[in-house]
Amino acid sequence: MAAKTLIIDGKQVSAENHTTILQAATDNGIAIPTLCHLEGVYDVGACRLCIVEVKGTAKLLPACTTRIYEGMEVTTDSERLRKYRRMTLELLFAERNHICAVCVANGHCELQALAYGLGMDHVRYDYCNPAWAVDASHRFMGMDHNRCILCTRCVRVCWHIEGAGTKNVAGRGTKSRIISDLNEPWGDSTTCTSCGKCVLACPTGALFHKGDTAGESVRDRSKLGFIVNAREKQQWTV
Amino acid sequence: MTRRIVIDPVTRIEGHAKITIRLDEDGHVADAEFHVVEFRGFEKFCEGRPLAEMPGITARICGICPVSHLLASAKAGDAILAVRVPTAAEKLRRLMNLGQIVQSHALSFFHLSAPDFLLGWETPPASRNVFGLIAANPDLARAGIRLRQFGQEIIEILGGKKIHPAWAVPGGVRSGVDQAALDRIGAWLPEAYRTTGVALDLFKRVLSTHQREIETFGNFPSLFMGLVGPRGEWEHHGGKLRFSDGTGQVVADQIEPKEYSSYIGEAVQESSYLKSPYYKPLGLHGGLYRVGPLARLNICNFIGTPKADAELANFRTFGRGAVTSSFLYHYARLIEILAALERIELYLKDPDLLRTHIRSDAGINHLHGVGVSEAPRGTLFHEYWVDEHGLIQKVNLIIATGNNNLAMNRTVAQIARAYIPAGTTTIPEPLLNRIEHGIRCYDPCLSCSTHAAGQMALQVRLLGPDGSLLHEIQRD
Repeated sequence: MAAKTLIIDGKQVSAENHTTILQAATDNGIAIPTLCHLEGVYDVGACRLCIVEVKGTAKLLPACTTRIYEGMEVTTDSERLRKYRRMTLELLFAERNHICAVCVANGHCELQALAYGLGMDHVRYDYCNPAWAVDASHRFMGMDHNRCILCTRCVRVCWHIEGAGTKNVAGRGTKSRIISDLNEPWGDSTTCTSCGKCVLACPTGALFHKGDTAGESVRDRSKLGFIVNAREKQQWTV
Repeated sequence: MTRRIVIDPVTRIEGHAKITIRLDEDGHVADAEFHVVEFRGFEKFCEGRPLAEMPGITARICGICPVSHLLASAKAGDAILAVRVPTAAEKLRRLMNLGQIVQSHALSFFHLSAPDFLLGWETPPASRNVFGLIAANPDLARAGIRLRQFGQEIIEILGGKKIHPAWAVPGGVRSGVDQAALDRIGAWLPEAYRTTGVALDLFKRVLSTHQREIETFGNFPSLFMGLVGPRGEWEHHGGKLRFSDGTGQVVADQIEPKEYSSYIGEAVQESSYLKSPYYKPLGLHGGLYRVGPLARLNICNFIGTPKADAELANFRTFGRGAVTSSFLYHYARLIEILAALERIELYLKDPDLLRTHIRSDAGINHLHGVGVSEAPRGTLFHEYWVDEHGLIQKVNLIIATGNNNLAMNRTVAQIARAYIPAGTTTIPEPLLNRIEHGIRCYDPCLSCSTHAAGQMALQVRLLGPDGSLLHEIQRD
């Protein structure tokens, strides 16, 4: 396969054709903040945390869905990028009810870690304080929309790793939400296999194992990539 | 003309409060009221949350006694899961509660109350605090601070952090201990005993010179309530409820905690966000009861450890049947520290603590559960109703301090009557401080009791008979 050469943060790198900026950067040890990206499933560019600057275009482009080309010059970290990334995080925090101190994912939350990492020390926008109900109808797992950032990781793992297709997105704008089947209580779903991959994939405490208490939701997300690798390449590497 | 004295805000208490003193036509104190002026709404916003999150959420009611909420909440959760908590978890929870009693009582005695009776009521307020105590008696102050630290260490060793450990959960606890951790606690015990002994000797000397305070700081017959064991022994976490009266007679005994609402009514008063619980069979006006260290020592038959029982015998010489002066709360607090230290010592030798089965697992088996534990300030009730999926439908909390609301009102009135001469129109500083101390005897945690946001502050207002404001003092 043909390789392309490009410059990321002043460093000359080469990557296979059709690679994304995120993949090329990661392979060359350059970290870009991500939230909706998950190893093992395709990218959707939903969270806009991985935005980068590409020379020759004024727009900021998501690294996870933008393919590389020969001679591309990419900047992954700048004051402008940090400003927009913080703004995106603040909007995520303002949109729903993220109460870290008592959250099951406290200390193990990707949203929280990014906020710390990007120096988000307050939210400049009015909190929406929506009233979302918790769906605890499933025997083993719960869905708390208050903590959902609509990254759709759960939908992608449900459809493309487990193949059950239980999780979906419904609604528009701020009323968008993750549903089970055709908007049934999760516990009534006829397609859910109770595999728990959605809980494993969730970057926040939105999906949780029932009985989890504050800070107890620790997940090993590499299991998802492991399954995909095993299935597609017949390699069971641990 | 009748008048009104208002103290607002009350200082060196945990929370924000205000006191109103009404004078009659002759300038005598007619009545006094203690208002808690903050509101938080925990009972409301817990609705809809999963049961398992409740210990973590309710622990946030308070930064001083998060452990008390954690334990009562976990117990309410146990009842809803209908599980038997593993032996190790039960004992570890008790060990943490003992650490909590030590740290909270040490805070109340050394940091909040001792400056009054050790430095003197007339000391200017700017130096009548823990810093003044450090200047006057650095060894005592340091020892007191370290005693509190000892209690906090136990909490941290078990729960991973000193404040708001989300450690006790429905069904048990999240992590156990190893021998090295127990040894660390044990190494600190001799110093803790020493400090407690010094404080006990000191306070007994204070008692010999504070007859008037003993007589007027909330000295009245009342009911007392708390948990006792099956033999009527002192309890702090398990056991059942007992009420006894001002003569030491047991009025109601071995009441299942889940039946509490048959015995305790909660009255709402317009002037305060703090509800007024009362003993139902005697009604709001006759049903005043006290909780906390004084009550626990009054209702129990014995404590069950030698040093604490010896002190208990001396304590009981201050009353006939029951010790009825709230000034003796301080003494009771020190005896409870001693009792806690002795029990901690026993647990450190208990092999059950090292067992690894610490958490029972179950689904939602009951839709209702009550958890009762003794917080340092008194009996704490958490009552939850859940749906079949374990989401909270309704919450009722009776916080230790709330139980003492009627008693605190009565204490303020008694002190005001004793110290405000007829014809007063202002509140002199020593008087203000005595009134505040009447409240401090109960070591109230007002932010807890209203589940309200707060800062340590008190306001006192003196009102005339027509409700006109004569004088107002505020401390920030």
